[in-house]
Amino acid sequence: MSKSYLALEQIDMVFSRDGTSTQVLKQVSLNIDKGEFISIIGHSGCGKSTLLNIVAGLTQATRGVVFLEGSVVDLPGPDRAVVFQNHSLLPWLTVYENVKLAVDKVFGRTKSRQERHDWTIRNLELVQMVHARDKRPSEISGGMKQRVGIARALAMEPKVLLLDEPFGALDALTRAHLQDQVMQIHAELANTVIMITHDVDEAVLLSDRIVMMTNGPAARIGEVLDVPLERPRRRVELVSDPTYLRCRSGVLKFLYERHRLMEAA
Amino acid sequence: MSASEAPIVKETKPMAKVVPLAIAPRSARDTNPFLKWIANLGSHILPPVITLLFLLVLWEIICSSPDASVPPPSRVVAETWELIVDPFYVGQGVDQGLFWHVLASLKRVALGYSLAAAAGIALGALVGRSEWAMRGLDPIFQVLRTVPPLAWLPLSLAAFKDGNPSAIFVIFITAIWPIIINTAVGIRNIPQDYQNVARVLRLNQFEYFTRIMLPAAAPYIFTGLRIGIGLSWLAIVAAEMLIGGVGIGFFIWDAWNSSRMSDIILALVYVGVVGFLLDRAIAAIARIVTRNTASN
Repeated sequence: MSKSYLALEQIDMVFSRDGTSTQVLKQVSLNIDKGEFISIIGHSGCGKSTLLNIVAGLTQATRGVVFLEGSVVDLPGPDRAVVFQNHSLLPWLTVYENVKLAVDKVFGRTKSRQERHDWTIRNLELVQMVHARDKRPSEISGGMKQRVGIARALAMEPKVLLLDEPFGALDALTRAHLQDQVMQIHAELANTVIMITHDVDEAVLLSDRIVMMTNGPAARIGEVLDVPLERPRRRVELVSDPTYLRCRSGVLKFLYERHRLMEAA
Repeated sequence: MSASEAPIVKETKPMAKVVPLAIAPRSARDTNPFLKWIANLGSHILPPVITLLFLLVLWEIICSSPDASVPPPSRVVAETWELIVDPFYVGQGVDQGLFWHVLASLKRVALGYSLAAAAGIALGALVGRSEWAMRGLDPIFQVLRTVPPLAWLPLSLAAFKDGNPSAIFVIFITAIWPIIINTAVGIRNIPQDYQNVARVLRLNQFEYFTRIMLPAAAPYIFTGLRIGIGLSWLAIVAAEMLIGGVGIGFFIWDAWNSSRMSDIILALVYVGVVGFLLDRAIAAIARIVTRNTASN
């Protein structure tokens, strides 16, 4: 049978502690095509980060399987590079060394020393961070750290790029700038991307499809919304675009009318 | 609109310039490195010097009577003048300059402490990484670390049948516990983020140890190393009193047996200063090595 590029099949996740078990995810199934940009949106606590960790292989699903190009995913690996929410750069390495560590590990056998250096620089160029290559993470801003995190993930040439609320900790202007950069990189490299977000505009702007999760416990996929907007997308023009507004209100209605988070006041 | 904005900007500029003018005289004094150095010296060196002088004067007054059991500083200096001016004196047997005594002690510490550092970091890494190793070894470590250093000496004398290796063993067994325990705590506290990075990159055990574990745990490891060097120095002076031979500890014991109180006091000054310098040396190495490991 023909499977899609990345397939999540009947994922259940149950956390057990001290005899009580909480079901976090229930029967989550999703098919993703190669080159697609998928956003997963939902209120906090709906298990969207858990879902991403399962795809990354960092967490084992209680039931269900993730297939990538037809083979089962059960361990973390550089074919599913993660951009972590808090960038997770190693503070004792420079910007260059952080990316180089990933490049050396993934291409240590297949590329020469010079090629690995060039590839590291090439990925820093993609996020426009070559100028700070010898700086340490503590010496650069939050937005810059996240860009280096993206460069590190891209440098692994992953089959799927997993973004875990990558811009959550950034101010609005930096965030917009990075969103544009991610769109540009996606246009250039055509990566398959799964992004966790809680920002409606971000989801509509970047995604081909938006996966909306119901509230936990036992969160499910409530709805999947197609975003039929032409690329390249420009945020300024989209503000008044009817398709954009329709998608945006679709997500808003899902989040704030049908699946309002009751305990959040 | 832009035309009306321009003059406002021009008007405010001279007002802003007042600020650098106001701080200009202060920055002139601050930028002179020599004056800054002098000022720094005055504020950091002067208070301890004054305190020291005060204590010496107090000591001189209290011990000034001829039948005082402890000599006053003036008599200490007079009686030990030969030792003070010629620390490199070479004589027969244990009759050596103080430099050679300190050097002999430092050699023992260097050997015992290096062994303790290597073994301590390795064992700490094991205990920090493995839940079972921790459950098995931690209670034993907790009991053994409370054994006073000198209590190991008879056992090690029986095992090694010689003073020198016994003293080195005492250093080793004294310094190793804080190194093990702090390394283990450091490794257990490695943030989950770094572990996730390592897992996504599929770092092997060796790469994980060198690229993630050691740098991430370095601040903790150095805390252990710093406590360890202090304990080593404490232990060597005590151990040398019992094993004899050249060494600052035996020098003190020898001086006590010949009732040379002034020599003892001079030796104590040496012990204190060397211990202080050892601590500072480890702290300086720690600062250099861990300057980039602060999480952000």
